[in-house]
Amino acid sequence: MAIPLDEVVVKEEKQNLEYVSVIREPLVTGGKTVHDVTEDICRQVEGKPTLSWMLAMAMSLGTLGIGAYCVFMLLWEGIGVWGLNKTVGWAWDITNFVWWVGIGHAGTLISAILLLFRQKWRMSINRAAEAMTIFAVICAAMFPGLHMGRIWMAFWVLPLPNTFGSLWVNFNSPLLWDVFAISTYFTVSLVFWYIGLIPDFASIRDRAKNKISQAVYGALSFGWDGAAKTWMRYESVALILAGLATPLVLSVHTIVSFDFATSVIPGWHTTIFPPYFVAGAIFSGFAMVLTLMIITRKTFKLEDYITIGHIELMNIVIIITGSIVGIAYITEFFIAWYSGVEAEQYAFLNRMTGPYWWAYWTMMTCNVISPQLFWFRKIRTNIAATFILSIVVNIGMWFERFVIIVTSLHRDYLPSSWAMFYPTIYDVGVYVFTFGLFGTAFLLFTKFFPVINMAEVKSIIKTSSRKAS
Amino acid sequence: MSDKRKQYWKGVEQLTNDPAFVKNAESEFPEFLPISDNPEGGSSRRDFLKMMGFGIAAASLAACEAPIKKAIPYVNKPIDVDPGIPNYYASTYVQGGDYSSIVVRTREGRPIKIDGNALSPLTKGCSNAQVEAAVLSLYDNERLRNPKKSGQDISWVDLDREVTSKLNKIASAGREIRIVSNTVLSPSTQKVLEVFQDRYPTTKHVVYDTASVEGMRLANERSFGQKILPTYDFSKADVIVGFGADFLGTWIAPIQYANQYTQTRKITDTKKGMSRHYQFEGNLSLTGANADYRTPVKPSDEAKAVVALYQALDGKKSDIPHVNKAASDLKKAAGKSLVVSGSNDPNLQVVVNAINNKLGNYGNTIDLTTPVNYRQGNEKEYNEFLTEVKSGKIGAVIFFNCNPVYNTQSGADLAKALETVSLTVSTSDRPDETTKFVEYVAPDNHFLESWGDANPAQGHYSLSQPTITNIFDTRQAQASFMAWAGVIQFDYFEYLKSEWESTLAGIGLIWDQALHDGVFAIPENLEAPIFNADVNAAISSINTAYKGSDLELSIYQKVGIGDGTQSNNPWLQEMPDPITKATWDNYVTVSQAWANQKGITFIEGKSNMVNLTVNGIALKAPVVIQPGQAPGSIGLSVGYGRTSAGKVADGRGVNAYPLISKINGMESYAVISGVSVEVLEETYQVAQTQTQQTYMGRETVIQETILSEYQKNPGAGRYHPHISTWQEESGDTHPGALTLWKGHKYKNHHWGLAIDLNTCIGCSACHVACQAENNIPVVGREEVINRRDMHWLRIDRYYSSAPDDELDDDQKDMMDSRKLELVAANPEVTFQPMMCQHCNNAPCETVCPVAATTHSSEGLNQMTYNRCVGTRYCANNCPYKVRRFNWFKYHDNSKFENVNIAMNSDLGKMVLNPDVTVRSRGVMEKCSMCVQRIQDGKLKAKKANRPLKDGDIEVACASSCPTEGMVFGDMNDPNSKISKLLKINDTEEADYIVTKEIGEPRAYHVLEEIGVKPNVTYLTKIRNKDKA
Repeated sequence: MAIPLDEVVVKEEKQNLEYVSVIREPLVTGGKTVHDVTEDICRQVEGKPTLSWMLAMAMSLGTLGIGAYCVFMLLWEGIGVWGLNKTVGWAWDITNFVWWVGIGHAGTLISAILLLFRQKWRMSINRAAEAMTIFAVICAAMFPGLHMGRIWMAFWVLPLPNTFGSLWVNFNSPLLWDVFAISTYFTVSLVFWYIGLIPDFASIRDRAKNKISQAVYGALSFGWDGAAKTWMRYESVALILAGLATPLVLSVHTIVSFDFATSVIPGWHTTIFPPYFVAGAIFSGFAMVLTLMIITRKTFKLEDYITIGHIELMNIVIIITGSIVGIAYITEFFIAWYSGVEAEQYAFLNRMTGPYWWAYWTMMTCNVISPQLFWFRKIRTNIAATFILSIVVNIGMWFERFVIIVTSLHRDYLPSSWAMFYPTIYDVGVYVFTFGLFGTAFLLFTKFFPVINMAEVKSIIKTSSRKAS
Repeated sequence: MSDKRKQYWKGVEQLTNDPAFVKNAESEFPEFLPISDNPEGGSSRRDFLKMMGFGIAAASLAACEAPIKKAIPYVNKPIDVDPGIPNYYASTYVQGGDYSSIVVRTREGRPIKIDGNALSPLTKGCSNAQVEAAVLSLYDNERLRNPKKSGQDISWVDLDREVTSKLNKIASAGREIRIVSNTVLSPSTQKVLEVFQDRYPTTKHVVYDTASVEGMRLANERSFGQKILPTYDFSKADVIVGFGADFLGTWIAPIQYANQYTQTRKITDTKKGMSRHYQFEGNLSLTGANADYRTPVKPSDEAKAVVALYQALDGKKSDIPHVNKAASDLKKAAGKSLVVSGSNDPNLQVVVNAINNKLGNYGNTIDLTTPVNYRQGNEKEYNEFLTEVKSGKIGAVIFFNCNPVYNTQSGADLAKALETVSLTVSTSDRPDETTKFVEYVAPDNHFLESWGDANPAQGHYSLSQPTITNIFDTRQAQASFMAWAGVIQFDYFEYLKSEWESTLAGIGLIWDQALHDGVFAIPENLEAPIFNADVNAAISSINTAYKGSDLELSIYQKVGIGDGTQSNNPWLQEMPDPITKATWDNYVTVSQAWANQKGITFIEGKSNMVNLTVNGIALKAPVVIQPGQAPGSIGLSVGYGRTSAGKVADGRGVNAYPLISKINGMESYAVISGVSVEVLEETYQVAQTQTQQTYMGRETVIQETILSEYQKNPGAGRYHPHISTWQEESGDTHPGALTLWKGHKYKNHHWGLAIDLNTCIGCSACHVACQAENNIPVVGREEVINRRDMHWLRIDRYYSSAPDDELDDDQKDMMDSRKLELVAANPEVTFQPMMCQHCNNAPCETVCPVAATTHSSEGLNQMTYNRCVGTRYCANNCPYKVRRFNWFKYHDNSKFENVNIAMNSDLGKMVLNPDVTVRSRGVMEKCSMCVQRIQDGKLKAKKANRPLKDGDIEVACASSCPTEGMVFGDMNDPNSKISKLLKINDTEEADYIVTKEIGEPRAYHVLEEIGVKPNVTYLTKIRNKDKA
């Protein structure tokens, strides 16, 4: 619907040059001033840790400890402590890997792609989303290492010059592509995130009241001086990095999907995987951002910055990507039937009706049906419903990877080798380890780093903090 | 060159020829390097640190050297032992009447592998799983290390003194002495026992067999007047009918029969016919699995089927399925047929003899003129012995390498009665159930440490020779008998040699040649007797004896464990049963119908336990639902339920020997009355290596046809996957024609393996041979349940899916893919040996991130263990699922010491093949196509300066195959056996691509449609049936 120009009422209040739109919902509510932003965001960095933070940290460290024991047992005894077998060589390990990598997509997507598309609503969530990306990628990177039979030889997957003669990595292997894709993605995401943090570190440095904070934040802020020229360079770098990161958002999960797509296993050997994986990754990443944001805004009282509007917009992304994923599932089935390949047809029937039918239907319910609830505005603007559904989506996405990996492997070509996979406590434990790691890292981030990009949010305070009544 | 040479000085001192400089000019360091920094002499703190630094560095460098464990150089190197070069010795495997002529490969004085001896006219170079595995029993830590008295160590001198004095006392008191043994095939041992008997005249030698066939010998006595077992020749039979005789697996001489049988089954361009095989049996046996027409009948009906067949030959129709058809086929093939029965009932065997006589098979497929000496047990004498022991008449019992407390029906009675016997001796080489109840154990050598001989059949002689010196303080049992008979300083070798020379030298024996060959054969034929038996009396006796009941039990031997003598051998324990694919246990096999009735399911090996009660003896055992099990019958194998065999076998399964019943006074493995089964709540999981039973109708995996179709079209039954491309939509493109890969050209050799599904009987000899050759770890029951068996070569066993008319209403509504999982009540069975297919476009090779698995220039898919980081991507991407991952450290790991005995003790490790790496934790492994043998063969040819000949290299599986169903060779050599078999044509497509076209219409690649182009080729399975 086109809006006639004369209906757009622009009130200019002379004293503070504020810009009020009658159509757009404000991105920051509560009539915040620039100073309020600094105060609100710096509060938890500068203050003492809250009780809820301490409790959460204790839980995370506990989880990390239990997980670390399982990791230790895995390394001490061997991969046999997991439930894998001669038929199913990957299960929870690579499921968790793909799941975490998928989650790690949202941050960069939000900060890079939305930056390029000039979506200003990203400003209050991109910092935390990027932090989530970094930690999720770290968690993801645990698994390719831990799943190796001889992790102490893991450096052999890097193309390092060596004294063994002509030993070199195999550039045909998708696992090697993974190594490159993930390390590149991690590096670019980390740099992008860090560059964004510099002005905020400088703000904290400038406000710091004790020597340690001054020194630490001083070092972290790289001597930021806030000069116009510095700001100009900062903007350019952000733009360049956004440009670099954008293709990576698409490439990482594309390459992860090649692990499966280039194989010969029915259910894996599928050309649809790259777009399907990328959509799925954004889907799960946004769901994870929502889960974390809803908790963060509540505990740190940031409701004015992360508004219902933000949540609604993210929910819309979830409907879109969830629907793409749903279409991909259906397409897979159609192609399996249409291909006339017996093993392929069986693989897909087996997903639906075989011994792991429950995993398949969990995936379908969580990923295809549940996001459709967001068509209802009441639901997509309801915090509790969003929170529950965001978790449901990530359960569904975990099962998607489980279904792809385990149900394809457990019954492939030769019926003689068909087998079941049953997880052990160590399968669960190593997954739990990454939760502990993620939780601990994220909590440290929320305590010591500004969770919202103050500098960017301040830039919209004048333009998008009020709605004309 | 210029006269004016440039001069360089070390310094101005040299130019001036300073005397101080000249003095030190020649030394390496012109100035003394002070250790001490302290100008006043003595050590400073800095010196102390220097010294300490050097000391620590030197000490840690010294510690970097790998420790050398127990390497003792030869002082005088034995002439015929070269490190790294194997020696081969012909010998003989004898185990309670089972016989095989073998060749033992030794390395640095250690026997490491047993192969069949091709020079033997009986076993013809064939072996089976039990023979292949016997080498591991030599290195079993459970073997006795020295003689024992009441469990305590005793010296041989003391033992001999005590035993001799007791024997003398018993003999002089006129009390009875008994030597109990299984069948003794050795003529010289029998002479030794005679010497003993001469010394102690009250001695009697009692012989029993764990699976008695005395009923056959009695039937032959009634039919022909001679209590003998004839030689069967299955290779001459066009129609074979078996009644409960598992002649390919466990019946009498399975190695020989399997070889003969498959000669009739093999199809070539020149021999387009094959035998037809009918089998009537209760349990699905290995033999039944290979039959063209198998009729599941419970044991009592099996007896009736024999009678029905006899009467059907006279035209009386029977309503037992396939009896009439078998009769008409038999009549057509008179004189070229063979009927055998596994029953121990003389009446039944008389009828079988009558059938064979009526068909004129005597003199053709059955040879009474060269009887065999296997299974000479005498049940009557054994039962008398038992009564005498119980009554206290016996003064001394010597158990000569037998274990009757375990492996006879009345073992418990014997154990109790032994307490009253004043002298009890066993010569067992390991503690067993019987040695627990004897006072003295005089451990015999293992047969690989012993001299010995055997006379398996009339005119056939066989020698054993030691391949290693005694590992422990054991003594050959023959020497023990002689010692107790008062012959001291007895040399069994000299005795044996002189016995042979005195009896056989006159008829052409050359001792050295016989020792080299391991066998010596002369035609020694008896006169052919005439059939004369009262068949009608036998039939009427059968009709009264086999009343039958609702539930009957067929006791059987498993192909791997057999009678349980070798049950402490983990290779055999973990060898999946060819039919059930179960390991480490025995179990009650029941039919699906019975399970439905009782509400039992069998999923992933899990089912209810049952209480099996047979004539008052109750056993608690797990259940396996067995397709093909005759309704109203159940099965249970012997060989399990050991209590003192060692840590591998103890406590596994239940002992079925006490359940053996009697029919017509003879021991019977078939129990036709008094059987009841109660289903318990308790569940148990049987460790199976394969749980999916059918091949899901996937023609790309199993390709089969029937004989008449094959004769019309040799390519019948082949499945040709075709695809359409954008260029031509007809769907005629061969999937292999489309490829991203540039292909290969193998300049020298191109190794390949061809497997004939028609001759593979599933016996699993290759399975154990592969395990022995390639140092494959044993993982134990729990890890098999976790589906982590390590076998490089497995035998996939597929049943046919249930036809529509066998489905109930619920099943009819199922999806097609689910229906295919249901097994037919009496399925057709196909065995498919599956190992690394050495794909030319190997999916595993592309996905390894570190290039640990690569393609060789000779077509092999190679695995570099040292490079492997263990991502398992290769195993996931293997369409054949033949890659095996080292989930744990299987060697030197206390968690596996009870099962993987070959890698967890110094003794066990002696069996390891030094040519093959023991893999570490976390790496992938798989069939290497015995690359160590390939390299060895090439090296030998190179050293002899000649090209490699076909047959120079034999892989372990192919060389152990008793049916010659596997052919290994160089596909680049147009004259090799494999090239001729597969009719290989090379097409040079480019100077770097050579495509091998296989001309044999029966040949196919498994999963051809995915285009991985394996180097292992299968030949279609052909059944001799009228209809598919």
